[in-house]
Amino acid sequence: MAPREKAVRVEAGALGAKSEELLRYLREMLLIRRFEERAGQLYGRGLIGGYCHLYIGQEAVVVGMQSALRDGDSVITSYRDHGHVLACGIDPKEVMAELCGRRGGASHGKGGSMHMFSPERNFYGGHGIVGAQVPIGTGLAFAHRYREDGRIAVTYLGDGAINQGQVAESFNMAALWKLPVVYVIENNRYGMGTSVDRASARTDLYHRGMAHGIPGEQIDGMDVLAVRDSGLLAAKHARSGEGPIILEMVTYRYRGHSMSDPAKYRTREEVDRMRSEHDPIDQVRRRLLESGAREAELDALDKEIRGLIAEAAGFAQDSPEPDPEELFTDVFVEA
Amino acid sequence: MASEVLMPALSPTSEGKIARWMKNEGESARAGNALADAEAQEALASPAERPQAGESRMMTVREALRDAMAEEMRRDPTVFLLGEEVGEYQGAYKVSQGLLQEFGEGRVVDTPITEQGFAGLGVGAAFAGLKPIVEFMTFNFAMQAIDQIVNSAAKTHYMSGGRMRCPIVFRGPNGIAARVAAQHSQCYASWYAHCPGLAVLAPYTGADHKGLLKSAIRDPNPVIFLEHELVYGESFSVPLDPEFLVPIGKARIAREGKDVTIAAFSRMVKLAVEAAEDLEKAGISAEIIDLRSLRPLDLETISASVKKTSRLLSVEEGWPFAGIGAEIAASVMEACFDWLDAPVKRVCGKDIPLPYAANLERLAVPQVEDIVKAAREVAYR
Repeated sequence: MAPREKAVRVEAGALGAKSEELLRYLREMLLIRRFEERAGQLYGRGLIGGYCHLYIGQEAVVVGMQSALRDGDSVITSYRDHGHVLACGIDPKEVMAELCGRRGGASHGKGGSMHMFSPERNFYGGHGIVGAQVPIGTGLAFAHRYREDGRIAVTYLGDGAINQGQVAESFNMAALWKLPVVYVIENNRYGMGTSVDRASARTDLYHRGMAHGIPGEQIDGMDVLAVRDSGLLAAKHARSGEGPIILEMVTYRYRGHSMSDPAKYRTREEVDRMRSEHDPIDQVRRRLLESGAREAELDALDKEIRGLIAEAAGFAQDSPEPDPEELFTDVFVEA
Repeated sequence: MASEVLMPALSPTSEGKIARWMKNEGESARAGNALADAEAQEALASPAERPQAGESRMMTVREALRDAMAEEMRRDPTVFLLGEEVGEYQGAYKVSQGLLQEFGEGRVVDTPITEQGFAGLGVGAAFAGLKPIVEFMTFNFAMQAIDQIVNSAAKTHYMSGGRMRCPIVFRGPNGIAARVAAQHSQCYASWYAHCPGLAVLAPYTGADHKGLLKSAIRDPNPVIFLEHELVYGESFSVPLDPEFLVPIGKARIAREGKDVTIAAFSRMVKLAVEAAEDLEKAGISAEIIDLRSLRPLDLETISASVKKTSRLLSVEEGWPFAGIGAEIAASVMEACFDWLDAPVKRVCGKDIPLPYAANLERLAVPQVEDIVKAAREVAYR
């Protein structure tokens, strides 16, 4: 059966963008890209341990979506969260220090790469169990509805998580109670090493809400303007009381699932083709140059970002490890 | 000659209804036989009728739990109840009776049968600052949700370096019910008590159910509140003061004694008290500790009692391996080994999936005589 429920129709960049907006998106995407490149280096030097899931290649998704939100809207995501943490405004110094397990980290070194939070910025993590953030994000939307505060919850999940039972449970409850939630599926085509067509009976993931009457749309997740435009329409839909909506962002991660993944399940050519033909940062850069920006100006921006990241890396390495006294703190909130 | 048997007053302000006849017309009945299961059908006290401090009345555990939730929902608009059949049906075990009528469907939320989903939804609402009470129809079904309880609710405060909070109560009947077989009869006390970041409560009396549930709802941490299907209908004197609270982490001496300490929780307290009466006849004075709180465990009260009696017996419905009794035995050995005059003993549910057949079920679950026997062994008498 062909999909019949489509609430939003998005032409790439249909709403257009002023140069200063494009410049802002470029800045935010570069911040994530340079941050992740540096995190990869620090991992290689043994300064970051355990799992480290880089977001390189997917930057347009979170930057475009976040630009479509209002203050007070809630955000939650999975373990590939560095980009979301940065896009929600947490200081790169705190993020890098957290990756390094240092006292100055966003979670004081107790959470690591996958567990960073900022409730004051309505960012609720950073969750390590595939799919577990989806009912939680649905609960954030429940709280907005409970308080009638006009806010929405954006719940990011991957193409791997979409097959989890609790995601279907969440879709049902969100639709049943018309909760103000936008589910953003970041389809980067591989759940760890398993490609979508080897894991999902239907590979067009935006259909997954159909059984519950949830509209869905597939978006070019490498195009920040397409993401933003679909985000604006989806946010409007969720905010209006019509219930949840699904956006499937077709994107790509350039690196392995985590730092320990050599990514032998795909070809070098496939990765190179995505990088050279669809890179989200190159696309915005090209648009800016076409609309009159100077190359030198954009290079200066990149240089500035590299400086910020170098500063963050320096801060992280200088920040001491957590005090051993902290071992037993934060288990319980003292009443 | 026929004589009229009057309906008992189930509570001063309520009417009752017959839930189930236990004797049929023409069937013989002796004094003391149960004739029917009756339940209170009660309008909740309106604010004008709120009781004064110090008053109490007899009520069932299910009423005490309902009153605890109603009082906390009146006190704090962020408290809400979420679960299967909590609203229209008035609770699968009638614990939420009257709450939908008083608080409406925005705060008494019937869910689909999706434990992992609605437990996670509750966690998200708690992260956002609401105070959900998540009812599991029984804790057997909470296994579907245990990832959300442990990985999301219990650990996030720590993982966030203290930035996030999860003020949520997961409650419902736990332990062994009657004739429902292995998948519906299990004690989860040690499963949850194993986990740092969770408080785990398992009260027995009506007052403790009420006072501890209110404390749990007000607590800023995730709390597992283990009830018992076979205790819901028992009546106790329960304080009516809306500020009556029982502190989390404190055990209660249910009965003083000097020869042997029996530590129990939930329904096993009742059996331990009955066993103590039998033991008394044999000249053994048993001190019963109603643990009430399993995490944190009140080792201080247990140790003080052991230092008095020098003998300890732990009683639980759960399996022996890595159970609450195992933890108590190890902790007491570490804390006051020199005071013990005998090895600590455990009475536990048998190490098997619970059988359905009535005779086998009885053999699998701790009985009063098992407690008496074990207490005599530990007392060497």
